[in-house]
Amino acid sequence: MNAAQLIANDPGWVILVKGLLVFVLCVVLTLMSVWGERRLVSFMQMRVGPNRVGKFGLLQSLADGVKLALKEDLIPKAADRIVFVIAPIISATTCFMAFAVIPMTGKVSLFGHQTVMQLTDLPVGVLYVLAIASVGVYGIVLAGWSSGSTYPLLGGLRSSAQVISYEVAMGLSLVAVFIYAGSMSTSDIVAAQNHWWFAVVLFPSFVIYAISMVGETNRAPFDLAEAEGELVGGFHTEYSSLKFALFFLAEYVNIVAVSSLATTLFLGGYHALPGLGFTETWLGGWFTMVWYLLKVIFFFFIFVWLRGTLPRMRYDQFMQFGWKVLIPVSLLWIMVVSTLRIMSQRNTGRPIIMGFTVGVVLIVLAVTSLFDSAKRRRREADALGELPEPSFPVPAIPEPRVEQLNG
Amino acid sequence: MLNFALEVGKTHTPEAVLFWFLAPLAVLSALGMLMAKKAVHSALLLAWIMISLAIFYIAEDALFLGIVQVVVYTGAVMMLFLFILMLVGVDTADSLVENIKGQRAASIAAAIGLAGLLTSLIGRANMGRSAVGLTGANANGNVQGLAEQLFTKYVWAFEVISALLITAALGAMVLAHSQRIRSRTIQRDQSIARFRGSSLAEAAGLPGSGVYARHNAVDVPALLPDGTPAPTSISAVLEARGDMIESGTFALQPKEEEEN
Repeated sequence: MNAAQLIANDPGWVILVKGLLVFVLCVVLTLMSVWGERRLVSFMQMRVGPNRVGKFGLLQSLADGVKLALKEDLIPKAADRIVFVIAPIISATTCFMAFAVIPMTGKVSLFGHQTVMQLTDLPVGVLYVLAIASVGVYGIVLAGWSSGSTYPLLGGLRSSAQVISYEVAMGLSLVAVFIYAGSMSTSDIVAAQNHWWFAVVLFPSFVIYAISMVGETNRAPFDLAEAEGELVGGFHTEYSSLKFALFFLAEYVNIVAVSSLATTLFLGGYHALPGLGFTETWLGGWFTMVWYLLKVIFFFFIFVWLRGTLPRMRYDQFMQFGWKVLIPVSLLWIMVVSTLRIMSQRNTGRPIIMGFTVGVVLIVLAVTSLFDSAKRRRREADALGELPEPSFPVPAIPEPRVEQLNG
Repeated sequence: MLNFALEVGKTHTPEAVLFWFLAPLAVLSALGMLMAKKAVHSALLLAWIMISLAIFYIAEDALFLGIVQVVVYTGAVMMLFLFILMLVGVDTADSLVENIKGQRAASIAAAIGLAGLLTSLIGRANMGRSAVGLTGANANGNVQGLAEQLFTKYVWAFEVISALLITAALGAMVLAHSQRIRSRTIQRDQSIARFRGSSLAEAAGLPGSGVYARHNAVDVPALLPDGTPAPTSISAVLEARGDMIESGTFALQPKEEEEN
């Protein structure tokens, strides 16, 4: 029985228990990831980070959550009250919905019932995640618009333009996975990675997805929607108390969601690392969840590492990168992948496949070098004149020290 | 009549519950979309109607169509529409003055005609009949069935529509295009130009306003170490508008009286 049939046989109470488990897992992961991010960033910046509340400061985010909830709830006078209240609710609910199709374990027994830890299995599961993400953008746009002030509006527009642009690249990076797995259902995709992870087979797709998932979640270095030097807090400038907490929650649940999707699509989901396949039967199959969680935490660590390392990009550079680099590259890659796939299905000879691959590489190299030289020529034509004589005193240029060393 | 009603109402329970929960909501939001005063509220209600339609499609076994409806219409089209509404700021109710003579009467007549046509068509097609051929169409999976139809039977229509869309996109690009005479000055060029300019005094950027002055507002020029105001420290716009305050007015006066 495959995952879809197992899920179809679930009685009502199993569905309820699974729903509750997924929800609890999301909330706990969020609390832990806020704490983990603060500790990790502190470590990278040679600070200590939160270490007071609970052992190692583990309960810090819980304390912060309680503090946020007890703060005064302000609604600005110029705000559109209904939309202002609805926006955080949209953000917080949609981000949880993506977890419904994420497979977290292989075959396990839940209170004596054979099932898999995946709430539902849709034939178009991955598209469902994209659809949910596109509804989630409404939360940000509406928050920005309804606040009735300039910074949130600009932040909201920025972030929605960003999410929409990077969703295109993200959607295109998934096409290669669909072609290789022969399915759009998350459980089938994980099953198809039994031997080789798609991160290895479809490495360019993996890179494109990894970049666009950072853009999609509005995280550093792509956190232009809340660039504090330019836009105060961005779309949530006017939000306080629980409404702000909902946005905060949504951001972290979203990170875990895109990390889970990346795990599912490219890192073999709940499958063990190569060579450790025997661990998949430990604890009656529940040990696969450990592998799933470890991979999600790995992606989360990358998110934090990026934030601790890279400065924020400029908005036009960011958009240019998305539209002029990521999207064309993924389109080209899809064409290459589908041609190779058709070739292998028709049992084309190895020399032809090799020839095709080499030809594509050569064409790409030729085109990029043409682009580069055209750009250099344009730059040289525009280059400004020679260095004029400085109008105020500058220190003399030191003599070359070669003679001294020789002497 | 009663038999007919029973026949129509015969659906599986979950689907019926879904229908009776979502359909009134969809109708109410459709009415709300027409009645709402703010354009953004109308757009939001329209987005909700699209989502509830998508849920109905999914309930009717058209899973792919439902998901694509959300991605394309709710996610992309409606979002662009909202963008424009928010940027242009069409908040106030539109003026109801009739610009074209007889437009209102003609549109009401056309709307009634279309409603009648649709009612009769849908009524004749659906009422009291069960769906035919659904299991056959979904035999190899919903997505696969749809793909087969699109890329075999309807491939011509599909290609024509994509050509139409590409033409529209190209047209929009041509309309919005403007020729650049020389390449855009980017941050790098500006930085090089600062160092290659006649003076290196501004290589680190322009001085901030109000530095060394007692007042640190944007409309007060900074004072240079020798006490003269630095004209480059305030925005050229403020200077042109005359919204500039003389920094000399804030200079410290030597307190001669106290010494006596």
